[in-house]
Amino acid sequence: MRHVLPVLTVVAVIVAIWYAAAVWLNAQWALDMAKRQDREMSASELVLDTWSQEKPKLPAPHQVATELWKTTVEKKVTSKRSLVYHAWVTLSATLLGFALGTALGFALAVGIVYMRVMDMSVMPWVIASQTIPILAIAPMIIVVLNAVGVSGLLPKAMISMYLSFFPVVVGMVKGLRAPSRMMLDQMRTWNATKGQEFLRLRLPSSMPYLFASLKIAMAASLVGAIVGELPTGAVAGLGARLLAGSYYGQTIQIWSALFMAAAVAAFMVALIGLIQRVTLKRMGMS
Amino acid sequence: MWVALGIAAWALGWALNVWLAGRARSRATALAVPVIFGLTIVFVWEAAVRGFGISPVLLPAPSAIAVKMAASGGLIWEDFVQTVIKGALSGYVIGCAAAFATAIVVDRFDFLRRGLLPVGNFVAALPIIGIAPILVMWFGFDWQSKAAVVVVMVFFPMLVNTVEGLRDTSSMQRDLMRTYAAGYWTTLLKLRLPAAMPFIFNGLKLATTLALIGAIVAEFFGSPIRGMGFRISTSVGLLALDLVWAEIVVAAIAGSAFYGGVALLERAVTFWHPSQRGHG
Repeated sequence: MRHVLPVLTVVAVIVAIWYAAAVWLNAQWALDMAKRQDREMSASELVLDTWSQEKPKLPAPHQVATELWKTTVEKKVTSKRSLVYHAWVTLSATLLGFALGTALGFALAVGIVYMRVMDMSVMPWVIASQTIPILAIAPMIIVVLNAVGVSGLLPKAMISMYLSFFPVVVGMVKGLRAPSRMMLDQMRTWNATKGQEFLRLRLPSSMPYLFASLKIAMAASLVGAIVGELPTGAVAGLGARLLAGSYYGQTIQIWSALFMAAAVAAFMVALIGLIQRVTLKRMGMS
Repeated sequence: MWVALGIAAWALGWALNVWLAGRARSRATALAVPVIFGLTIVFVWEAAVRGFGISPVLLPAPSAIAVKMAASGGLIWEDFVQTVIKGALSGYVIGCAAAFATAIVVDRFDFLRRGLLPVGNFVAALPIIGIAPILVMWFGFDWQSKAAVVVVMVFFPMLVNTVEGLRDTSSMQRDLMRTYAAGYWTTLLKLRLPAAMPFIFNGLKLATTLALIGAIVAEFFGSPIRGMGFRISTSVGLLALDLVWAEIVVAAIAGSAFYGGVALLERAVTFWHPSQRGHG
């Protein structure tokens, strides 16, 4: 509760700055229009005009909110103009990529923890792989996979996978190594096999690390899916909405797609947070 | 023939690494093992492309990429300057400096800290890259809009890390500063900023990757006729994948060098931190 008031204040300030910025950025256009029509504008008229333009440089918050309401609630979900439809297209690619990335990251982490060779040879490359701006390859991956005959969700999911496996590897390697020497020795005195040691000790103690990584992986995965939609020629999905909006100067459409993406990201991260809380509670770890 | 050679190279490289990893860990083996692994992969790639006769339109061989890089050096250099030096680097400097200044202010006022940190954490998890089309619309097609995208992308990770770092002193240490009659600024400069350095460098390192990604992806939404992102997206359309891969190699080297440079600086500045000691 201690955080509610400060957060609300900050959000209110941001909204206020936003309205002010909308006036400042859109005023030029409004003045030009008025000049062309040869009429004077009072200050209040000018302000109201900047908040209700068709294609403003910066749409006011309520315009974005109206657009969001129109495209989510008032449109049928199956309609191509519904933002829910586009969000679902993006989300499905995100989830597939997230699942693939988590599986890959998990497998790599187990290999790295149990095999010294992999630790020494693969781990540096896992880290190096992320210094490459992988999103730059996105268009190529999409086009090449399309040429091979793979299309639809999978190419986008591949990009999501590449972005999301890294946090999982790093987090899980740390987590699987979290048990102390003492605990590992205890397992040995119980004559535990490698499999038992993994299932009963290493895996449970890696759970907090796993959830922390999953949250980052989910956010990264969504970014991957959105960028993956750019080169397909703006067919469907939030990335396509962004691109189409930028081609036709539909700023309100861009902003509403952006907010939808933010909402999806926030929702998925919160969902993982909820699963985390329930799981850790049942395991007696929180 | 090439397929067999590739399999043989893979087996040889892996066996060599197993043997090296079994030996005592030293600087040399720690460096050699990943290098051998990387070389093996490049060789297997080359062998696979030749052995299976993969069309260069799908996946060019490493040798073809190297030839292309050598042949079109001038073009790649021009793209490099446009995207990395003008777009990414200037945005990185502005964004990190702005975030650092904001963090000092936020840290000064507890109310701001409690309000801004959750918002900052939230924004840091959002797909910020989505604002690229908006900023391209505002700042035009040239590098200024790319720098603006980079500024926004690096701002929040940097802000959150710096604020965290500034809180990383114990009350004992702060009390000691007070017994020295040190004021706010002295405490900040002599105690809290140095103590925050590991966190600040964590943010700076995160930001290097984000900066390059931001600068390249922003070019997909419109750019003058140069730049790495522009070259990649147009070359894909022309099916000139060797040029695409050449740009990717340059981007990878630039990204690694950028990251490595910041990491070296970190080692020089935070030599006292436990994570930097003991490597002798």
